Amino acid sequence: MYEHLETAKNQTNLKRIVVDPVSRVEGHGKVTLLLDAENKVQQARLHIVEFRGFERFIQGRPYWELPVLVQRLCGICPVSHHLAAAKAIDQLVGVDPVNLPVAAEKLRRLLHFGQVFQSHALHFFHLSSPDLLFGFESEISKRSVIAVLGAYPDLGVQGVMMRKYGQEVIRMISGKRVHGTGAIAGGMNKSLTIAERDYLLKDIDQMIDWSVASVELIKKVHCSNLPYYDDFGTIRSNYLGLTKPNGALELYHGGLRAKNDKGETIIDHVDYCHYNDYIHEEVRSWTYMKFPYLLSIGKENGWYRVGPLARVNNCDFIDTPLAEAARVEFKAHSGEAMVHSTLAFHWARLIETLHCAESIKSLLNDPDILSHDLVAQGEKRYEGVGVVEAPRGTLFHHYQVDENDIVTKANLIVSTTSNNMAMNESVRQVAAEYLSGQELTEPLLNNLEVAIRAYDPCLSCATHAMGKMPLQLELINAEGQLIDKLVKHSNGDIERNIHD
Amino acid sequence: MSKTITIDGQVIPFEEGQTIMEAATEAGVYIPHLCHHPEYTPHGSCKLCNVNVNGRTCSACTFPAMEGQQILNDAKDINEERKKITQMLFVEGNHFCPSCEKTGNCQLQAVAYHLNMLDDHFPLFYPHREMDASHAKVLIDHNRCIFCTLCVRASQQKDGKDVFAISGRGINKHLIINAESGLLKDSELEATDQAAHICPTGAILIKHTAYQVPIGERIYDHTQIDQVSLNSENLQHDN
Repeated sequence: MYEHLETAKNQTNLKRIVVDPVSRVEGHGKVTLLLDAENKVQQARLHIVEFRGFERFIQGRPYWELPVLVQRLCGICPVSHHLAAAKAIDQLVGVDPVNLPVAAEKLRRLLHFGQVFQSHALHFFHLSSPDLLFGFESEISKRSVIAVLGAYPDLGVQGVMMRKYGQEVIRMISGKRVHGTGAIAGGMNKSLTIAERDYLLKDIDQMIDWSVASVELIKKVHCSNLPYYDDFGTIRSNYLGLTKPNGALELYHGGLRAKNDKGETIIDHVDYCHYNDYIHEEVRSWTYMKFPYLLSIGKENGWYRVGPLARVNNCDFIDTPLAEAARVEFKAHSGEAMVHSTLAFHWARLIETLHCAESIKSLLNDPDILSHDLVAQGEKRYEGVGVVEAPRGTLFHHYQVDENDIVTKANLIVSTTSNNMAMNESVRQVAAEYLSGQELTEPLLNNLEVAIRAYDPCLSCATHAMGKMPLQLELINAEGQLIDKLVKHSNGDIERNIHD
Repeated sequence: MSKTITIDGQVIPFEEGQTIMEAATEAGVYIPHLCHHPEYTPHGSCKLCNVNVNGRTCSACTFPAMEGQQILNDAKDINEERKKITQMLFVEGNHFCPSCEKTGNCQLQAVAYHLNMLDDHFPLFYPHREMDASHAKVLIDHNRCIFCTLCVRASQQKDGKDVFAISGRGINKHLIINAESGLLKDSELEATDQAAHICPTGAILIKHTAYQVPIGERIYDHTQIDQVSLNSENLQHDN
C-alpha cells in the first residue's frame, strides 16, 4: 500500500505539481504531487475542492420534497438519489420494501436500470474511451469523445445512442430525462402506457447487441495488454455492495455484503437500515470528502471500494444470461477470488450495462408495469433509511423527521465518498510506480487522471458534511519552511501550532 | 346598444359595473394577473394587470370599464413592466422552482413563462422566512408568499372565517395567522377550506400530496396560463 505518500515526511524544498481540474469526471477535484530534487514523489493527494452542503440545507424542509430536492445533487445519476430518498421516505409513511406495490417496485427498478445504463454508457464512451482507445499519454486533441467520433464513428455514435436510450427510459417513467418526478412516498405517480412501453421495446434488442459488443471491446482492450491493465493503479481492497438474498447482483434493493481482498465475507445480508452499526466515516483536513470505513476492521484497513468492480466481485452470479456469461469470464481472467485491477472497473461497468439492457427488456415485457396500483400507505414513522446501488456504488440516504413532517437530520454517504480512500491509493500507486523519478510532462500526468477516471467519480455528489470538516491553514516561506499554522479541529477547537 | 371599450384595437362590450378585467375576460382577452380571482373582491395589489387606459396606468382588476376607453394591454412596454414586477416577486421571496412541489401548477411560474421571464434580473434578497408545518394537513411556506391576499379574502368571504391577515408594511410585510400562538395548528383552518387551496404559488399547500400528478399532466405542462385562465372549465385552477 502507498499510504506513506499521503503526507510527505519532510515538506521543505519539495516541488509542487498540480493537476487542476481533473477532467472528464463529474464534479471538481484536483491532484497535487510533491516531488523532491530527483523528481521522486513524496506526497500525492486527490483533493475534492468543491462543497455542496445538501445534508444541511434539506433540514427544515418537508420530507416529501426529498426525492425531488436531493436529486439535484447530480445531473448524471439523479435517479439514484431520487430512489434512495424515495426508499427512505417510504419508511416515513410506514411502507417497508416488502409492502411497496409490485407495479411501483418494478417501475422503480426499470427507472433505475435506465439510469445505470445511460450513466455507464456516458462514462465509458464519452469520458473514458479516449484513454482506452488512443492510449493514456495520447496528445490532448485525442482526449475527448469528439476524437472518438472522428476515428471510430460507429463506436462513438453507438455510445451516444446507448446513453440516449437510457435517458428515454427515464423520461417515459419520470417525465423528464433529467430531474423528473416519479417516486413518491409509498410508490410511484404513474405507470407506463402501452404506447410508452412499445416505444422503449422498439430499440431494446439493438441496445442488448451493442452492450454485448462493448463488453467484447473492453475485454479485448484489457486482455491485449493484460499485465499493464492488471497492475495500473491497482490496489487490494475490501469491497461493499448490495446483493439479492440469493447472492445475485442487485442494484435497487438488497442486503449489504462486504468481502475482503481474498474474497472472504466480512458482512452479508445486512439490513441496510442498520448501516451505522457497520460503517463509520472519518474526516481529514485536506479534502471536503469524508473517508468511510468498515467498523469491524477499523479506520486503518477498513476502507473499501464500491461500484461496478465491487458489485461484480461481490455477487455470486448475475440473473441475466448474457451478463452472467460475461461475469464468469471476467472473474476467471484474474485467477483470484476477487479482481483487484482498477482498470477492470471499466470491464465490470460494461458487464453491468449489459445486465441493465437485459433487465430492461424483461421488465418491459412484464404486464405489471402497466398497472395503476401504485401507492401504499402505512403508519407514520420518524426515521427512514434508503440505500440503492447507484452507478458509482452503494448510496445511503438517512433522514429523521419531526412530528410536523419536517426533516431534522440527514446523512448521505454517496458512492464516490466510499471510493475516496481507494482513489487516493490508486493515485499514489500510479505516482509511485509510473511517475516517480521521471521528468513529468503533461501527457504523463494524464496517467493520474486515468486512474481516477476508472472509478467514475462524481465529486460534486460527495461533499456534504458541514461544520465537522477540520481545516488547516499553513504559511510557508520562499524556502519552503513552515512559519505558521492554524488548525480547526472537527470539534470546532482552533489551535495555532507550528511544531507538528 | 351596449357600451364598449377598446382593448388593443378590439372593441369589447361591457355591462355597467364591470371592471376592465371582467369585461376583457368575458370577451376572451387575457390580462396577466396574480391577486385577482373572479370570485373575490378585487385587491389591486400585484399590479400585473396594469393596463394603459386613455394614457394612464390603471389596475384592470379594480378599474371600472367606461364607455369609449382606449386600452392598451398586450403591448411590449406594458409586458416588459409586468415582467419586471414578476422578477421582483421572485427575488423578494425564496422561489426555487426546481424542487418546489407547486412547479407546473404554479401561477407565479406560469405567468413568468408567459411574460418570457428568463432570469431574475434583480439581486436576490434571500430573506429569512419561516415555515409553519404545525397543522396536520396544511403547510405554509412563507418563503413563497407574494402577499396577494387571496387566502385572506377566501377565508373571510368563502369560508366564513378569518384565518389570515397581512401585517407589517413595505419590505416587512408578512402573512399572519389568527391564533394566539400564531401557528396554523391553533387556527380555525381546515384542509377543505377554500383558503387552503387558493394560493397562486407554493406558499399554502395541502400536506402529503406533493408530486402525485406526473409531469405532463400538470396544469401548465401543455397549456399557457392565458388559455387556462380564460377557459371557464379550468376556473377552479384559476385561483
